[in-house]
Amino acid sequence: MRKVLVLAVMVVAIAGLQRNALASDWNMPVGVTEISRSVYSLHMLIFWICVVIGVVVFGAMFYSLFRYRRSKGAKAAHFHEHTTVEVFWTTIPLLILVAMAVPATATLKEMYDTSESDLDVLITGHQWRWQYEYLGEGVSFFSNLSTPSAQIEGEAPKDEHYLLEVDQPLVLPVDRKVRFLTTSADVIHSWWVPAFAVKKDAMPGFINEAWTRIEEPGIYRGQCAELCGRNHGFMPVVVHAMEQDDFDAWLAERKQQAASAANSVDREWKMDELMAQGEKVYSTICAACHQAEGQGLPPTFPALAGNQALMDDLEKHIGVVLNGVSETAMPAFSGTLNPVDIAAVITYERNAWGNETGDVIQPSDIQARLSSE
Amino acid sequence: MTPVQRTVTKTVIALIGMVCFTIALVPLYDVFCQITGLNGKVASQAQPIISEEVDTSRYVTVQFITRTGSGLPWRLEPLDRQVRVHPGQSYKVLFAFTNYGDEARRGRAVPSVSPSEASLHLRKVTCFCFQEQRLEAGEHLRLPVVFQLTTDLPESVHTVTLAYTLYPAANNPTLGERAMPAQGGDA
Amino acid sequence: MAPKLPPKAPLEHGNSITGGASAHEGEHHYRSGPLRWLLTTNHKEIGTLYLIFSLSMFMVGGIMALVVRLELFQPGLQMVQPEFFNQMTTMHGLIMIFGAVMPGFVGLANWMVPLQVGAPDMALPRLNNFSFWLLPIAFVLLLSTLLMPGGGPNFGWTSYAPLSTTYAPPSTTFFIFSLHMAGISSILGAINIIATILNLRAPGMRLMDMTLFVWTWLITAFLLIAVMPVLAGVLTMMLLDINFGTSFFNAAGGGDPVLFQHLFWFFGHPEVYIMILPAFGIVSVIVPTFARKPLFGYSSMVYATASIAVLSFTVWAHHMFSVGLPLVAELFFMYATMLIAVPTGVKVFNWIATLFRGSITFETAMLFALAFIVLFSIGGFSGLMLAIAPADFQYHDTYFVVAHFHYVLVPGAVFSIMAAVYYWLPKWTGHYPDERLGRWHFWLSVIGVNLLFFPMHFAGLAGMPRRIPDYALQFADFNMASSIGGFLFGFSQLLFIWVIVKCVRGGVKAPARSWDGATDLEWTVPSPAPLHTFETPPDMRRIES
Repeated sequence: MRKVLVLAVMVVAIAGLQRNALASDWNMPVGVTEISRSVYSLHMLIFWICVVIGVVVFGAMFYSLFRYRRSKGAKAAHFHEHTTVEVFWTTIPLLILVAMAVPATATLKEMYDTSESDLDVLITGHQWRWQYEYLGEGVSFFSNLSTPSAQIEGEAPKDEHYLLEVDQPLVLPVDRKVRFLTTSADVIHSWWVPAFAVKKDAMPGFINEAWTRIEEPGIYRGQCAELCGRNHGFMPVVVHAMEQDDFDAWLAERKQQAASAANSVDREWKMDELMAQGEKVYSTICAACHQAEGQGLPPTFPALAGNQALMDDLEKHIGVVLNGVSETAMPAFSGTLNPVDIAAVITYERNAWGNETGDVIQPSDIQARLSSE
Repeated sequence: MTPVQRTVTKTVIALIGMVCFTIALVPLYDVFCQITGLNGKVASQAQPIISEEVDTSRYVTVQFITRTGSGLPWRLEPLDRQVRVHPGQSYKVLFAFTNYGDEARRGRAVPSVSPSEASLHLRKVTCFCFQEQRLEAGEHLRLPVVFQLTTDLPESVHTVTLAYTLYPAANNPTLGERAMPAQGGDA
Repeated sequence: MAPKLPPKAPLEHGNSITGGASAHEGEHHYRSGPLRWLLTTNHKEIGTLYLIFSLSMFMVGGIMALVVRLELFQPGLQMVQPEFFNQMTTMHGLIMIFGAVMPGFVGLANWMVPLQVGAPDMALPRLNNFSFWLLPIAFVLLLSTLLMPGGGPNFGWTSYAPLSTTYAPPSTTFFIFSLHMAGISSILGAINIIATILNLRAPGMRLMDMTLFVWTWLITAFLLIAVMPVLAGVLTMMLLDINFGTSFFNAAGGGDPVLFQHLFWFFGHPEVYIMILPAFGIVSVIVPTFARKPLFGYSSMVYATASIAVLSFTVWAHHMFSVGLPLVAELFFMYATMLIAVPTGVKVFNWIATLFRGSITFETAMLFALAFIVLFSIGGFSGLMLAIAPADFQYHDTYFVVAHFHYVLVPGAVFSIMAAVYYWLPKWTGHYPDERLGRWHFWLSVIGVNLLFFPMHFAGLAGMPRRIPDYALQFADFNMASSIGGFLFGFSQLLFIWVIVKCVRGGVKAPARSWDGATDLEWTVPSPAPLHTFETPPDMRRIES
């Protein structure tokens, strides 16, 4: 009976694992950078050392268990110490540890290399999205999870890259030293791409740095690695690495887009245009906390639908969206969203889900508030 | 005293010692950070410039990053995003503060330096981050940072990033929006 | 159901109590029912209370773990919402650490330390009662936070600021208060254990004559005295940040979230050893008994335990390799952490040398102790891998870490408690536990625990972060295997309860020396141990000769 059960469990386990062998890796990815390869070989080195020690130690243990069973008539000896042996098995592990520490130290020093970089990217963690800013290029954007909620709720089949796809990936050139500066707007996040062996915490108010030099073009995926609240599992990192020429073209296009967005601020926007744009912004940026129907998750995330105090006070509404609320999860959007998106989302919030204030906020109005003098 | 009482007394003294040690850890940590540059912390008071020979053989890029935290309608921008400096030389950079809100507010800029190895070698004579700043509604202000990188900055450091994050100053009398989440929660 | 009480001491026995030993005894002898348990100052009764509390918390925390495993059975959100999931992972951790493992060890210490050192009771019996009754209050309060608006703590048991301060649910103040109470309980328990071991040893028993279980508990108690104030301090700072506008951990006010992590792990890493050193002691007592051979390298075991305890204060930042420490700090903490492998290795080697040329039998207690040695070593190996800072950038905050510390804590600490229960049940109840059921429990647990935690290594290496309610498709099979293992392990613990209940109610009668290889002092008193033992301390000089 017992054997049957053991067997059944084993079969389930092996069947499960075999299916997996076809689907994906069991091990740390080798990655596409020099550092990730040294980390991988370090990992494998320590792993095999552990395996060898394990075989020797467990071998000795199971030999003793098998050989000295009382049921086989074993009589107990009475020794209880042996100084030479004890000194031996204290020093041998020490030597093995030194052998491990040497390559580990070398790799760690390499990770802390601070030589000049070709591109600097400021990575800001937000609840729950990443913001990438190409320093000195004037290009900055949010990167949001793009997996539809129907897939998460099980109402639609899941895509191949379920939970690991974003609306706008971080684009980087290959064969260039890229320096990442990480920080956070709210709680601690951790930016992690296994293929680069880069994981760095993003601390509110502080700045950390890491670097990489990607060797192969491709799309690399990772996730936030530090618990950052409700949607911690839903803020993936996607990096699109491309050749320098392609990267330059992409960057130029981004700048172009930013310029044309700036131009559209000045024109008069119609209500339905703002509502359409606002719904898009709301669903990618605001819905994670305030929920799809504006019902919120009180007490942490206030409801917007039917929030009479807010609807009565347009100035406060605009102020909160622009500047955030200190000591809460509400961030300031004045530096991260453009005036069109801000105007659109406020208009949307004031006219959706039964909030029929009829208010239309023009991007030019937001722009005017943000410019001094 | 019985032996048990003696042991308990000693243990309680050790316990009180650990409580005091814990409390002392907070200031000790700050001291430790400033001595070792741990966590990219820099001195929060003005330091005199060390007069030393300028190392003209070497350039270091100093990069400025500014961010605004939640709850403060301010914008902070460096006039130069980055400067190339010689270790030993002192430099002045200007930062533009704007309060685009409609009331006077006080804010505080929290500095952070990366790589942390560099924070020991960054000396600031003048910095708006040493004290809170107050800006009237719509006020625009330029404030300087005067700094020096000492010549003993490790050779391996080529770029120093100096980040400032603006936060509303504590005990801000005009923190009216604090009431906001509570109201929203009731709705 | 309440287990049968040990028979009360016969009256003439009570009369023979002499001098100071009777000061704390008295009226509770005549109480019955709940009041007897509420007011008891007897170390055996309090030990039993601790063990029952620990077992119930193990079940409560286990149910939370099963909620987590149920949600993770398949990708997608099926059972619970992310905020409830986070509350479950947090509460599971808190309850298992502070409610199940620590009180479990304290319960064993209450029962066995006086018996193993030949003392009539703990040194401070009334304090003992108080430190126990703090615990149920603390944990009822902690569990009640789940029903409060905004839910219970949802920031992980490590409660990193500012997620646990500025961004925490309103119930966090209660969470802090309940952990304070649990911490005070641990400190009082530790003072009591230190006083008992240092002062109440039988005449002629030197420190180096004590069993390893007593030794490891003595060192653990010192660790508790050293680090519980740090936990209390860091929790108080959280409380001040939340309610009184200070900024210890808030960058906006000039504070530093990294300070929280330094303080927390300065407590947290010794805390890890608090949960494993008594386990070393238990295994060091059980293995010689069933190998019928004295423990190999007794003194090196003591020194190894002490050096692990000392080293535990120098390694805290290995939990923080990715927060952006300077290179020198990373190197220091990497080397110090690797060094811990040496005394830990010595312990494992000593156990195996004890087995070597013994005369071994495989009672359930021994099976659990042997499984401890193997599976704890596996946890030790992954710990060594995690110590390598550059590789830790890949392992950190993934399921590899989850696999590592669960190997150390479940087939480590929890198995050692189970081994201890099987080992000492005859002394507690006067009956042997049912061997057949015990073996079923053992094998189902071993298979379940490995199926539960081994695939987590692969999930972590393949890139699955911890504390996520939903995951990418490549982790699906590992998680399904883990969940099956989780349910197998969870439900096989019902067998454990059955074994205990059955053993309390009856079974094969056990003699005073219940195991033929057992040599420690507790086996010289009758089974079940009468309520009062060693009122006349055993003279160790006489026993030796």
